[in-house]
Amino acid sequence: MNNEFEPKILAFVCNWCTYAGADLTGTSRIKYASNVKIVRFPCTGRIDFMLLLKAFANGSDGVIVSGCHPNDCHYTSGNFHARRRWMLFRSLLDFMGIDIRRIQFSWVSAAEGAKWADIVNETVASIRELGPYTEYRKAADFLADNEAELAKEMEVNNG
Amino acid sequence: MERKYISHNSLMNWLTQLNNEGNQIYAPVAKGNKTDYKHITSVEEISMDHIQTTQSAKAVAFPRTEKLFSYTKKNGDVTLQNFDTTTIPETVVFGIHPCDAAGFKPLSGIFNWDTPDLPFNERMKRTTLIAVSCTQCDEFCFCTSVNGSPGNTTGSDILLTPIKDGYLAEIITEKGKSLVDKHSSFFEADPNVNKEEYLAQVPVQFSLEELNKKISNMFESPVWKQQSERCLGCGACAYVCPTCACFDIQEDAHGSSGNRLRCWDACGFSLFTMHTSGHNPREMQSQRWRQRLLHKFSYMPERISVRGCTGCGRCSRACPVDMNIAEHLTEIAAL
Amino acid sequence: MDELRNKAKEMFDKGEIDIFIGYEEGTRNPRPLFANNADETQKLVFNDKCTGNLAVYLTRKDLVKGKKVGISASYYALKSIAQLFVENQLKEENLKVFGLSSDGQIRTLNSLEEIKQYLKDTPPPPKVEDDELIKQIDAMSSAERWAFWSDELSKCFKCYACRAACPMCYCTKCIVEVNRPQWIQPWASTLGNMEWQINRVMHMAGRCSDCGSCGTACPIGIPIHLLTHKMSETVKANFGDPNDKGNVLSTFKPEDKESFIL
Repeated sequence: MNNEFEPKILAFVCNWCTYAGADLTGTSRIKYASNVKIVRFPCTGRIDFMLLLKAFANGSDGVIVSGCHPNDCHYTSGNFHARRRWMLFRSLLDFMGIDIRRIQFSWVSAAEGAKWADIVNETVASIRELGPYTEYRKAADFLADNEAELAKEMEVNNG
Repeated sequence: MERKYISHNSLMNWLTQLNNEGNQIYAPVAKGNKTDYKHITSVEEISMDHIQTTQSAKAVAFPRTEKLFSYTKKNGDVTLQNFDTTTIPETVVFGIHPCDAAGFKPLSGIFNWDTPDLPFNERMKRTTLIAVSCTQCDEFCFCTSVNGSPGNTTGSDILLTPIKDGYLAEIITEKGKSLVDKHSSFFEADPNVNKEEYLAQVPVQFSLEELNKKISNMFESPVWKQQSERCLGCGACAYVCPTCACFDIQEDAHGSSGNRLRCWDACGFSLFTMHTSGHNPREMQSQRWRQRLLHKFSYMPERISVRGCTGCGRCSRACPVDMNIAEHLTEIAAL
Repeated sequence: MDELRNKAKEMFDKGEIDIFIGYEEGTRNPRPLFANNADETQKLVFNDKCTGNLAVYLTRKDLVKGKKVGISASYYALKSIAQLFVENQLKEENLKVFGLSSDGQIRTLNSLEEIKQYLKDTPPPPKVEDDELIKQIDAMSSAERWAFWSDELSKCFKCYACRAACPMCYCTKCIVEVNRPQWIQPWASTLGNMEWQINRVMHMAGRCSDCGSCGTACPIGIPIHLLTHKMSETVKANFGDPNDKGNVLSTFKPEDKESFIL
């Protein structure tokens, strides 16, 4: 294990539950790993699956997606829709060999400051174990090594 | 033009030698039921049984996606890094067919029409084409209908024609000659054979003269609509074509730095001609199909004196709805 | 063969249709044919080699707008047609559909109800090869799957034949054409190609008829139809068979079961 590695984690959270929950973590003075950057959305239903892919392409080693518990959605059903989308998205990514261990989904309510700290700490620990997510970034860096990539690009054999 | 003989073993040894000297070698490699050009490291990978590779070899000089320049912004200053020609390796393309080799001429015409295109020309300068004549063809091949032939030397630097146990080597250009002269021990004397006997018989499907006479004056013809009804508007035909050169310019921006890219595009896409205003001069698929054929058989011959079709038949093979180009051209020629 | 020709001709003669979308003999396989009058119906063929999904033309406004359409539809085309009805893309009174029963007989399907009944009664054509390939991919390790798909998708040159051949891809503006901001890289590169396929498959979830036209259309033979095939299986395993209550991703059940949300 490389002790130098500090995972970069992006958290996509809903405004009404998890964001407020993370606020509570802070006001309750609970310490948790500082590797996470939080992006606030109106609802988990708004979290487009492409955002998760963009996070990986742009340097994230792990992603947390979190919102209101079922039946607690501010907009009644946003999280139910999101849940279906994640179920399919997660199995599609797995089928394509994208490392789904790097995506942590959770329900964290506005009252669960301690749970949020646990989720972040556990995710950071498991990503630290997994190491940096270079595979996906390599695909993203297509143009970094222009000529070598162009050579590869000609390798269009298939079956 | 010099004629020599090279045995199959010597040919493979010659290619190995060229590879060892640092040339990047592209050759057809089969996988499954498709064959395509691949950057090879060993001659073992080469496959010569195919009738036609799925894609043309145009990406050697006109890659799918190419970085034209990059930029960095710092404190209001912009630093440009121009296209770096020194990174382009010396390249040998082995095993293309005469229709593919001929395709580089129209490409070159397009990329030198107005401003000579630096990346294209630099890549061509470093590329040597060793073509192999066709000994077999299928129902999609129609090179003989567009003034080509399975043993056509146009565009190749060296043309090999398979004869018993080896190849007749026709050395066409200076570039080809220097590659042969460097390794003359692999070659033997002119085998004195009649090349025609070894070539595939590609039937002529339509009269080019008739086609030329008609196609330039049929902009308003109802035939375009009728032919293009089943066209789905994808870009498969353009992307496998050895002469299609439509491209798009894109920005790969990352904050204060980025790349300007050139990538393949196709006139069959509805967005290709879409204006910012929302107006689209080629709104219907029939107009785009007309553009494709007129561009190849009317505009290009008129403006750059070279036809935009070599009869390789790839577009017909690639089309999901069997838009068979030779069949459509035959129909036009017979109007 | 003659039966379909006669039926199509009869419909033209009676003025019941303005266009018939069917198949004619092509270079190697049957290809789409658009008969605009009774005479042109005599080129029609319809047999088990007619596998291209003709439903793709039913949303092409330049071809069918304002017209009464007759169509010969394979099993999967019928599935697509049923789905297009669910999505309000077709009008029952403007469509005359012909299916092929398993013994090769032409069957007239006069309403959505009859199409649904046909789909219920007819077993889907087996996908032995695809199922075998999916089994192989499932058996791989995650790293091997990544190697497989990143290699396959690095070859994609973005001709969008997969999109063009798909009856469900009828959006007038596709997600890949959204450029403010640039959502999916428009140039061909491994990442952009992957993002495109992931988007395509996600947008097909629960709507895809699993006809495999995307894979057949791919000129370089990337097995992208395995992605939609696998997605169809996942949808079925999690949410059961499709129903009239809306698409999988636009509906939900409070009791949907998953195991990965903490």
